Amino acid sequence: MQRVYLDHAATTQMLPQARAAWLQVSQQVGNASSLHTSGRAARRVVESARESIAEDLGMRPSAVIFTGGGTESDNLAIKGLYWARCAQLGKSPRTIVTSAIEHHAVLDPVLWLGEHEGAVVELANTDAQGCVSLVEIERALVRGDIALVSIMWANNEIGAIQPVHEIAGLCQKFDVPFHTDAVQALGQVPLNLGDLDATAVTISSHKIGGPVGVGALLVDPIAKFTPVLHGGGQEREIRSGTLDPASIAAFAAAVRYSVSELDEHGAALRELQEYLVSAVTSAVPGAILNGPLPGEARLPNNTHFSFPGCEGDSLLMLLDAAGIDCATGSACTAGIPEPSHVLLSMGLDEKTARASLRFSLGRGSSKEGIDQLAQALPGVVERAQRAGSVSV
Amino acid sequence: MSKLRVISAMSGGVDSSVATARMVDQGHEVVGIHLALSRKDSNGKGRGCCTLDDARDARRVADKLGIPFYVWDFSTAFAESVMDNFHSEYEQGRTPNPCLRCNEKIKFSAVLDRALALGFDAVATGHYAQIEHGPDGVELHRAIDPLKDQSYVLGVLTQFQLAHSLFPLGGNYKVHIREEAEERGLITAKKPDSHDICFIPDGDTAGYLLRKLGEQPGDITDATTGEVLGRHSGTFTVTIGQRRGLNLTVPAEDGAPRYVVDIDRETGTVIVGAPELLDVDFIRAVNPIWAGAPLGEDAVEVSAQVRAHAEPVPASAYVHDGELLINLHEQIRGLAPGQAAVLYSGTKVLGSATVASTNRVGKQTSLHGS
Repeated sequence: MQRVYLDHAATTQMLPQARAAWLQVSQQVGNASSLHTSGRAARRVVESARESIAEDLGMRPSAVIFTGGGTESDNLAIKGLYWARCAQLGKSPRTIVTSAIEHHAVLDPVLWLGEHEGAVVELANTDAQGCVSLVEIERALVRGDIALVSIMWANNEIGAIQPVHEIAGLCQKFDVPFHTDAVQALGQVPLNLGDLDATAVTISSHKIGGPVGVGALLVDPIAKFTPVLHGGGQEREIRSGTLDPASIAAFAAAVRYSVSELDEHGAALRELQEYLVSAVTSAVPGAILNGPLPGEARLPNNTHFSFPGCEGDSLLMLLDAAGIDCATGSACTAGIPEPSHVLLSMGLDEKTARASLRFSLGRGSSKEGIDQLAQALPGVVERAQRAGSVSV
Repeated sequence: MSKLRVISAMSGGVDSSVATARMVDQGHEVVGIHLALSRKDSNGKGRGCCTLDDARDARRVADKLGIPFYVWDFSTAFAESVMDNFHSEYEQGRTPNPCLRCNEKIKFSAVLDRALALGFDAVATGHYAQIEHGPDGVELHRAIDPLKDQSYVLGVLTQFQLAHSLFPLGGNYKVHIREEAEERGLITAKKPDSHDICFIPDGDTAGYLLRKLGEQPGDITDATTGEVLGRHSGTFTVTIGQRRGLNLTVPAEDGAPRYVVDIDRETGTVIVGAPELLDVDFIRAVNPIWAGAPLGEDAVEVSAQVRAHAEPVPASAYVHDGELLINLHEQIRGLAPGQAAVLYSGTKVLGSATVASTNRVGKQTSLHGS
């Protein structure tokens, strides 16, 4: 049985370009902070990658701060900006504005600052499609005393693209730092960061076919960040820690490829996305598509459905046995599925939220794979409904 | 045996690890499930049956065996059906067995129902007990290893549940199971056995109940004179048959030790007296559950077991008005309402019921079991 991988939003296969870059650089010895020839060679790799990523995304090289991945970038942006703002303005606690549908890598540091440092947390609501309310953000900004605003570029569960340009414009008007987590958007939609008035943008390598364990925070070079990691003072003292030239080179290769292929890739994904939505809804007439309809408002790789009467984890397990990899939502350490906070905030009840699956497309996805999914689904849903009706 | 689709409940202990391995060896299509029964690792110790370490060990054994593995969240059902029941039973002066309750309500009910609905044929566990196929259906028998036999905690299973249960370890001694785990290279081979209630990993049931239910102080009185001898912080902090830790302020006239012989839930009084007052030879038990054919109005010779590791006692038993009445041919000491009486014929489990009263205790407690 050919396995069908429909969880590209979790992680996707490494691109050959990225693998080649990693293998090549990994033969080199040298710490990018060392002053000798080998060190400078390593540093050269890092700086070339920095320039490459900056060029591809429309920023200056000094904007690129390499990190250990999306979660670290989000933590650095949230805590780093919050602490710097409090220090700069000489008072705390202040308010952090974010949305109820953020990834936990944003939501949890924000809530942590609320619990441990007295930050006031304002969670902007979304409409039923998962689009953040601009009005709520504007109202919060008008009230004042805002440390920062953090709103994701596109949601990881339901693919809803957020009005980040408008939010960035509002923040600029009120002179408030704006961070956006663009982990899911990179490689799916054009970022053109030169046109965005953001203070910090999170990107991650492995979501676009680079290696896991490397990412970047793209920052406004004049913005102040209090470091989260203190140490050797790398990355302009914003992020200490020995740089990983092989992974950084591979990350840059993945950015280069995914940005250059963006139009073609996006168009191919859109076609598959529409095919998948119609295949699933005709295989299971009761299935409900969550989030915006395929189109401008939604990432081209994302589909997300509720199958009323089913438990998501039963569906996942049965589809797994049928050769299909997909996702229910965020899982905790012990692997216990929680109802998605994203779906709950969009107004779904807990039962429907638990009855949901995400199928996310990527390179290697095909109509044949989607057909295999559509073929398996009716039986799987029927079984999961039976299991759902006996669950206590 | 034909090839079955089996859910193997993997606690992360050595027994369920070997049970799962054996199911795989027998050619069944096995999926490993770890039951998340509580959401918190209550105090970071690895002894409870539902900690993150155990979930990880179960996952690693499943990896080694090359079978799919998932965590099923039954924490809500466990809290409602087992923990809430545990609290309220103690609060009402009874002594429940949560492992039995978990088998009845969770492992062989909620989990089994879900497994069957998902298209599986059976649930396998690492319990030490044996399933045999008799003329009238499936029979539950004691395990070969008398020290490990767990048929008592499975005495709440019905014919239907037994027909969909597999206990691959019942024909072996525990020591051989450990050796087998070692030979198979399972990382759980040297894990210590768990003896405690999984949600009370430190074994301090009284302390746990005090935290859950709050102090409900009352008198400790003498069974014969009615004299107040001391105070307790809650009837649920003592058990029938307990002698130590009562802190009696008035010494016995003859200096003889005194035991908890009854609990009066109505007045919140703990009654203490001489050990002879604990001797029981008649049991009235409610809510009987039968593994096979139910007992009728005619008394049948059986053996009765009232605790997980108690010696079975010869008895005659019959059912009247839906209640199970047991005449013990030998006296047993210290039986509390809420305990389960499991009846056997030889090694075969006939059924079980919840002790409501005896010829010694329970006159003051509610006559209706759980």
